[in-house]
Amino acid sequence: MAILHTVNKSPFERNALASCLRLSKAGSAILFIEDGVYAAMSGSRFADDISAAIADRKVYVLGPDMEARGVAGKIIDGITVVDYNGFVDLVAENDSVQAWL
Amino acid sequence: MSEELQEGVVKKMMYLNRKAPYGTVYALESLEVVLIGAAFDQDVSLAFVDDGVYQILNGQNTTKDSGIGMKDFSPTYKALGDYDITKLYVEKESLEERGLSADDLMDLVYEDEDDDWAEKPSIILVSREELADVMDEQEVVFSF
Amino acid sequence: MPTINVKGSDVAVDEEGYLEDLGDWNEDIAAHMADEDDLELTSEHWDIINFLREYYDEYQIAPAVRVLTKAVGKKFGKEKGNSKYLYALFPYGPGKQACRFAGLPKPTGCI
Repeated sequence: MAILHTVNKSPFERNALASCLRLSKAGSAILFIEDGVYAAMSGSRFADDISAAIADRKVYVLGPDMEARGVAGKIIDGITVVDYNGFVDLVAENDSVQAWL
Repeated sequence: MSEELQEGVVKKMMYLNRKAPYGTVYALESLEVVLIGAAFDQDVSLAFVDDGVYQILNGQNTTKDSGIGMKDFSPTYKALGDYDITKLYVEKESLEERGLSADDLMDLVYEDEDDDWAEKPSIILVSREELADVMDEQEVVFSF
Repeated sequence: MPTINVKGSDVAVDEEGYLEDLGDWNEDIAAHMADEDDLELTSEHWDIINFLREYYDEYQIAPAVRVLTKAVGKKFGKEKGNSKYLYALFPYGPGKQACRFAGLPKPTGCI
């Protein structure tokens, strides 16, 4: 089953990212939204964890939420930026959505 | 309040900011309290720690065009100097673990009235240890 | 929601008469509000109104009165940088009244 995982909390503030990375399977999709977009920044303490996930999962970030926060220029290589339409497509392409809050 | 804020009594007060700007209302609330509190002529400083450093990142853009439809309050930090709030402590370690440096922060300055309105930086980069010392000197710390 | 009628169009305001949407503002609205307060706007008034609008555009807040006072003194000359001058122009208060004419929200911390 194809699952889209969404993470909307800063990895520094909550362990939603850690739980998501631990419990998402190879081949699934992960999308960072809201404060979750801070996880997509290069050079952070979590960048290696994200790079490891990119090896066997598809990782996306919501562009408008990055732009709002002033972090659009520092995205880890291999993450795909999507807009709201892309968000909708991801939901439609997958069988279910697991929101890590 | 009246006893604690007697006229002429100046206290060292710090606003401690630890939350990212848009996910919760803490950052905006803190900023509003800072601006209102500025009327009391106290010795005020702000500290940005943990996710609080994201509040003063350069290049934020939350206008309606950007999609999230929230008021962009990041320009308001640039007005703090007008309110005589000139000490903004930023913890280096919090920046580093987020892959950030001082160059990623807004250029926050104040004009020194006693020095022919010379423009001076408001941001003071401090280590964790130095910040602990500054906090220790405070009489009041407001936590957001 | 209350409205005011300026030259044939209705403009939404809050219960204290401040514009609901800053984007609705034009000079006719300012003049209309001043007229309701029995004030005629002079170039000195417009200096302050325009200054407030520029300040809001840059910082996204209406400045506190003491901030406005200091800034006016710096921009328009020392003799204007005092509350006496500003209150003479805006008898209901440079914060409250001038910000209302300028289409801004009430200054933060202004009761």
